[in-house]
This record gives sequence, C-alpha cells and structure tokens, in this order.
Amino acid sequence: MTTTPLAPSAGATTSSDGPPSGSRRARRVRRLGPRDITVLAVLLGAALVLDLALVWGPTVASITLSFTDWNGISDLRWVGTENYQDIVSTYPPFQRAVRNNVLWLAFLALVATPLGLLFAVLLDREIRFTRFYQSAFYLPVVLSLAIVGFIAQLVYARDYGALNALLGRENNPIDWLGDPDINIWAVLGAAGWRHVGYVMILYLAGLKAVDPSLKEAAAIDGASEVQTFFRVTLPTMRPINIIVLVITVIEGLRAFDIVYAINNGRNGLELLSVLVTENIVGEASRIGFGSALAVILLVIALGFIVTYLVQILREDRR
Amino acid sequence: MTAVTSTSPATPPSTTGASGVSSAQRRKRRITPARIALHIVLMTAALGWLAPVLLAVYASLRPYADTAAHGYLSWPERLTFDYYIQVWQDAELPRYFFNTLIVTVPAVIIILFLASFVAYAIARVRLPGARVLLVLFTAGNLLPPQVLITPLYVLYNKLPLPWWISDSMSLYDSYLGLIAIHVAFQLGFCVFVLANYMRQIPTEITEAALVDGAGLWKRYLTVTLPLARPALAALATLEFTWIYNDFLWALVLMSSGDKLPITSALNNLRGQFFTDYNLLAAGAVLVALPTIIVFNLLQKQFIAGLTLGANKG
Repeated sequence: MTTTPLAPSAGATTSSDGPPSGSRRARRVRRLGPRDITVLAVLLGAALVLDLALVWGPTVASITLSFTDWNGISDLRWVGTENYQDIVSTYPPFQRAVRNNVLWLAFLALVATPLGLLFAVLLDREIRFTRFYQSAFYLPVVLSLAIVGFIAQLVYARDYGALNALLGRENNPIDWLGDPDINIWAVLGAAGWRHVGYVMILYLAGLKAVDPSLKEAAAIDGASEVQTFFRVTLPTMRPINIIVLVITVIEGLRAFDIVYAINNGRNGLELLSVLVTENIVGEASRIGFGSALAVILLVIALGFIVTYLVQILREDRR
Repeated sequence: MTAVTSTSPATPPSTTGASGVSSAQRRKRRITPARIALHIVLMTAALGWLAPVLLAVYASLRPYADTAAHGYLSWPERLTFDYYIQVWQDAELPRYFFNTLIVTVPAVIIILFLASFVAYAIARVRLPGARVLLVLFTAGNLLPPQVLITPLYVLYNKLPLPWWISDSMSLYDSYLGLIAIHVAFQLGFCVFVLANYMRQIPTEITEAALVDGAGLWKRYLTVTLPLARPALAALATLEFTWIYNDFLWALVLMSSGDKLPITSALNNLRGQFFTDYNLLAAGAVLVALPTIIVFNLLQKQFIAGLTLGANKG
C-alpha cells in the first residue's frame, strides 16, 4: 500500500513528515517533566482503569463463570466443561442460533457489503443529488435497531403489512415474521437494509482517499473501468476493506436488538447473543450456562479480532 | 498549520484536488444515456431505501381504525397529528428524552476527551508500550457486549454509591453506571481512529511548541487537539448515534422504569394485550428525529473526518 493515500490534507502532511529519527524520539521522552508525567499517569490511568475494570475484567470473569453452575445466589460450584457439553448436546436453541448467526454473517458479507460498496462506487462520481442519495442510504444506520425492528413489523405484518399488500396477497397472506421457516430472511432484509448504508459511508470515505493519479495511470495503460476498480482501487483500500470486514463480522455476531424488538428472539429468530441474554437476565438465571454461551461467542469473535489486530500492528510498524 | 486546518469541516469538496474537480465538471455537463441510467438506478434504490421510513411516518398520521380496516398500504381516510400529541403527553416522552441526554451527552464528552488524550499519548509522545495500549483498547471495543453482562451486573450491584449520586445506592440502576460502561466500551474505537489521525499531523508543529517550552498538557490541548477537529466531529456524530440508540446496556444495568432511556421507553407504548402500531410509529419517528438531525447537520464533517481517520496507509 502506498503511504498516506492522499486524502484531503494528506498532501500537505506527507511532504513535511520526515522519517522519525530515533534520537528525536528519545529526546522527546527525556523531555517529560514531573508535571507531564503526572498528567500522563492520571489520564492514561483513568482510561486504563475503566477499560480493565469494565471490559477486560468482566471478560475474564465470564470465562471463569462458564465453568461453574452459578445462578446468581448459590455458592460458586466448579462443574468443569459440563455447561459446554450441555450446550452442544441437550440445548436445541443453540443449533438454531448458530445456524442463524452464520446465515446472518454470510448475508451481510456476501449481499449487503458488496451492495454498499457498489453504492459507494456509484456515488463517488461527483454526480448530482449525491447528497440526497447518501442521506437516503445512510438513514437506516442512524435509526436504532429497536426502531428498525419495529418498522419491520409495519412492512412484514401478516394482516396489515405493506409487503403482503404490495404483493397482492391480502387474501392469502404470508406470515413473514411468524413463520419460523422464513422469518429469519425477513429480518435479514431489515438488517441488510441498515448494513448497506454503513458500508457505503465507509467506502465513500475510502474512495475519496484513493489517489486519482493511480486510476489515471491505469486508464492510460488501457485498463477498463471495471479492471481498474478491481486491480487498482480495491487493493489500495486495503485498510478500509479490513475495517469493513471486521465491522461486518462484529455486526453479524452482535446482532441482538432487532430480533429482540420483534419477538424477543424466539420461534426461528434465535441468535447466540439472545440466548446469552435470555439465560442470564431471564428468570431461570442460569448464569454459568449463559456465560458458557457467551464464551463461545467470544471465541468466534476472537478469531476475527486477532486478524484485525495483526493488521493494526502491521500498519503501526510502518 | 494552515494547510492542515484548511481541511477542517467547512471545505471538504475542495479536497479532491484541482484535476479531480475539473474532470468531474466536464463529466457533469455531458448528459449521456449512461448517466441517465445511473440516476434511474440510484433514484429507484434511494426511494426503495426510504420507503420503510416513509411508511412509518405515514402510519403515524393515520388512526388505528383506518389502517386496521385497509392495511398500511392504502389511501388514508384522514391524516392527523393526534398520535404525536398522545405520545408526547401520555408516554412522557420528554422525560425519557432527558434520561437519554443525561447519559449520552456526558458520555460522548468524556469519551472524546479521554480517547483523544490516550491517542495523543500513543501517537505523539511515543511512550514505551504504546502499541500494547493501542491493542488493549481497540480489542476491548470488539468484544461482544454479552460477554460482559454477568460480571458487570454483579460488580455494579456491589459498588456502593452515596445517595446523592445514585438513589439506588449502588452503581446498578444509576446514570453514572451507564455512562461508565459506555465510556469504557467505546474508548477503544475512538482511540484507534484518533491515534491514526494524529499520526498524520506533521511533527514540526508539535516540535515548535516544544521549543517554546510548552508542557505536555499544553501541547495536547492547544496544538494537537484543535488539529484533530475533523476526526473529533466525525466521532462525535458516530458516538452520539450509538449511545443514543443503545438498548442492551440499559436493559441489563437499569431497573427503574422511570430512568430508562428513550429507546427502551418505546416498549412502554406496547400494551399488554393490544399494541397500537400507529401510536408506536409516532413514537419511533420522534425517537429517531434527533439522530437524523444530528447526522444531517454534520454530514459533511462526518465524511471528511472519516476519510482522514481511515486512510492511514
């Protein structure tokens, strides 16, 4: 990847950014006075304490709890991997949740993300009304998923919903949200509706940062517009590609609010996140069991987090 | 310095560079069939994208009896604002708006302040272990929130607070607790974006401040922070939207109905046995309005700030 692909101000910044010399760096560290160190200690300390106490600490605690059968009141009792075995063998919603999560992920990655990229490419051409188009595609992103879930009901409702009316099926209505065989697809439509705008805005920013001279050079070499896009533009946007990929994965795993708003994530709309919440917050209060589900979710997420971090570190080293 | 500040919010279109603009203008003048086709495709897609939202607005203006008889996709018998009045008064919407703001505004300010300082320390001070810090914060933001639920719930119940901070006497069910988790969870993302952004600021500027003998705090506050304004604007928009829309943390860490944020309050409009979806639609429109307004006001800064933060290559 080229250095600083030319966004707005980058032109001004690159030229002046000399190679960071080791001695200069050392000098700067040495220059920290006692007052500087106090400021650093207090503010970095505050941020670190918050992050460790409220994010990393609970993560470790959850992993520990997943090996117990705690219900919130009882004493902690170690049960080994029993929770995990139960999840796999005697907990039917788990299979459905995994299937739905995988479906969710695949749909976002293979349908919604490419569509968002396509919109970004079309809108990157300095065309008229571009602000209107951008706002329209981005609008669902600023809506809370709870509202998206509710709007989905207006569209999909069996008896009064707009979709059945549009399809002319008032007399033989399809129960888009109630039929466990199809409701996941209906909800995916709503989730994708939102995801496309998200991806579009990220790529729009990424495309603006691609050096136009690269495209011109490719055009001079006789590459078609499509070739230029796939061989030149897309590869130079690698940092954005990674961000989009990770966001897609995270959205796929975090999906929660939208199904929760529709039917609390039951009857065909089971998701891992919903099962975790249901076991922990629900009346049964099966905290050990819920934590084990959470850890499974965590392990899946970790795979992608590590990929992301490797990318960050590689950039950081440059 | 002027070179960098000139990219600030006000002037993003100029940024494509002279050649980009002129070729774009040339293109714009030529009306080709391809252009028309492009507009037809985009217009169709955009209207399709807006349709569900417009449907919600439309539903909110019609009495329940009307839509119950004819469905949501039908000509109206009459349009009224009755539901809006009803939501505003019966559902005590102003109070829930206040609940959301009392959490969202301080959270966004604290996040941006702490994250910008941490990013500054990572990107400009070159502390030993800066990379580990960056990874720690960024990875934290990527964890699924459900993993944190139980221990946080227990921790929040065990942490006592004096009554004048929280009437529940603990961090659980307090505004402070919600603010704290939002700050902790969102820090990572902001640190990541801001650290990338700050690295692009030429070192000469901070060097100059160093010669003047300015301390670390002063260099951060008066030199680096103002230069990072576009990225801060983009993050402020994003974070405002995310925290405003949060549903999960309030569900898990709050219990008093009268302290719930606006997104959860929407559920109060659902009846036990009967839900008037048109009323709910009016509620949803009112709840969504602030984020739509914020985005449209900051749209230009948003994209400009995102561009700069993302393109660290």
